[in-house]
Amino acid sequence: MTEWETVVGLEVHCELATATKLFCACRNAFGDEPNTNICPVCLGLPGSLPVLNRGAVELAMRLGLALGCTVEPSLFHRKNYFYPDMPKDYQVSQYDQPINVDGVLELADGTRVGIERAHLEEDTGKSTHVGGGGRIHEADHSLVDYNRAGVPLVEVVSRPDLRSAEAARAYVNELRAVLVATGASDARMEEGSMRVDANISVRPVDFSTLGTRCEVKNLNSTRSLGRAIDYEARRQIALLEAGEQVTQQTRHWDEADGRTHPLRSKEEAYDYRYFPEPDLVPLVPGDAWRTSVAESLPPLPAPRRRRLAEATGSATAAVAVVVERGLDDLVLAALAAGGDAQRLVVHAEHDLAGGVGALTTDAFAALTRMEADGALTATQAKAVLAELVANGGDPAAVAAALGYEAMAGDALAVAVDDAIAANPDAWARYLAGDTKVSGFFVGQVMRATKGQADGRVVTALLGQRADAGG
Amino acid sequence: MAERITRDDVAHVAGLARLELTDEELERFTVQLAAVLDHAADVEALDTAGVAPTAHPLPLVNVLRDDVVRPGLDRDVVLAAAPSVEDDRFRVPPVLGEPS
Ligand SMILES: [Zn+2]
Repeated sequence: MTEWETVVGLEVHCELATATKLFCACRNAFGDEPNTNICPVCLGLPGSLPVLNRGAVELAMRLGLALGCTVEPSLFHRKNYFYPDMPKDYQVSQYDQPINVDGVLELADGTRVGIERAHLEEDTGKSTHVGGGGRIHEADHSLVDYNRAGVPLVEVVSRPDLRSAEAARAYVNELRAVLVATGASDARMEEGSMRVDANISVRPVDFSTLGTRCEVKNLNSTRSLGRAIDYEARRQIALLEAGEQVTQQTRHWDEADGRTHPLRSKEEAYDYRYFPEPDLVPLVPGDAWRTSVAESLPPLPAPRRRRLAEATGSATAAVAVVVERGLDDLVLAALAAGGDAQRLVVHAEHDLAGGVGALTTDAFAALTRMEADGALTATQAKAVLAELVANGGDPAAVAAALGYEAMAGDALAVAVDDAIAANPDAWARYLAGDTKVSGFFVGQVMRATKGQADGRVVTALLGQRADAGG
Repeated sequence: MAERITRDDVAHVAGLARLELTDEELERFTVQLAAVLDHAADVEALDTAGVAPTAHPLPLVNVLRDDVVRPGLDRDVVLAAAPSVEDDRFRVPPVLGEPS
């Protein structure tokens, strides 16, 4: 039986966070009253002329440089199609000479996904279909709001480097983090400021050529994206295993029935007759501009993860969560202030999801120091941390106020010895190498000490007893 | 010499632009468009081996404006010029085929 591999490339449209549209001075805003941000340019009235927005170019360059792209001299083309969401009957986009080419996006788990291009284009107006239950093909008529027509977009096109629904979702999350970090976009999928189309194909795992792909649209969340990829891969595999072919086509994801459906489009809809936009001159950002944009970029998620992983030696997943929460600077500062690396990361990953509140760097460092020295158990440290977040203060004073007295080392040793003596069979299994039994002993000691013991210290003591010859 | 453009080509292009042409118009535009393409062929015949491609006839790049909002058009004025309006939006006939 053939083993199949799913191959995914994503095209993500990101609305840029400019004040105005790409080619006119109308406001770029989500949620305004319909048709209140319109002018002769974005309505395509005869005689109007587009003028490129410097701010949009700058944000596109920020994103491109953050993705490791080369910023190239670029041109605008007209993409012609007859549809009421563009009153001009063409969309201005970049075609064979896009502004950003050849980059890479590094995901949280270290996977590197190639970026083919990230080009500038204008968004379309928003159509509402009336009648036929909102379905486009059964609609009685459509209503168009041109507030969004001409809003600047960057379309980020990945290479087909993704191999699963999970990887595709991780890619979108990472791209969103880069968009937010660079200030290029607010990247809100639910408001449509970040829209994802997926090119999906399957092939036998040992094949190097790509299978026939389908492009899936209408993915309004990372959850939809994941579901659509899984569905579409299953559909294509079923076709191929039945000896049929996959037809290259555009398909629409239906969130309600959990399937993709072919769009009933005419072949000619894809005959866009691109030609250079005569009303716009070439865009050639000079070295000085490119350099100043590159220098103004903030630290990006991937290098921040590397920095934190190197400083703390923590696992990839924990580091990714801490950076995603924006707690890496706090952890690094607390580490420099003498905190315990592992415990800082563990608390940042698990106990600070709601924010740091009144917690100071020094208090965070001191807390993990107390924990490392055995003055607080992990459970007690959590409680002290919650108090530090809520009301601030000094961890030693908070621990004392909460009545946490560290168990003396010998009291703990006695409890461990008692547990061993009371459970000779379990201890024999432990000595025979059954490490699962150590959890049992930790539980016994915890019960005997009413939860005051530090599980890690108990485990260490068990190891010492075993090394000492049982 | 092969035909520069066929009647079918013209009908196809007209279809893309949602233009309905009569048979007589199809004939006439086929001849006229062929003349335009003949002119392009004349230009194409020139030796441009040593000439760098130009993207635009104007010797300009980077014509930019600052990202500052300026007032546009009044909605009521614009909608008053539309053939059909509903709910402060332009009302258009149902459309087949999906936008990009
Ligand atoms: Zn406008």
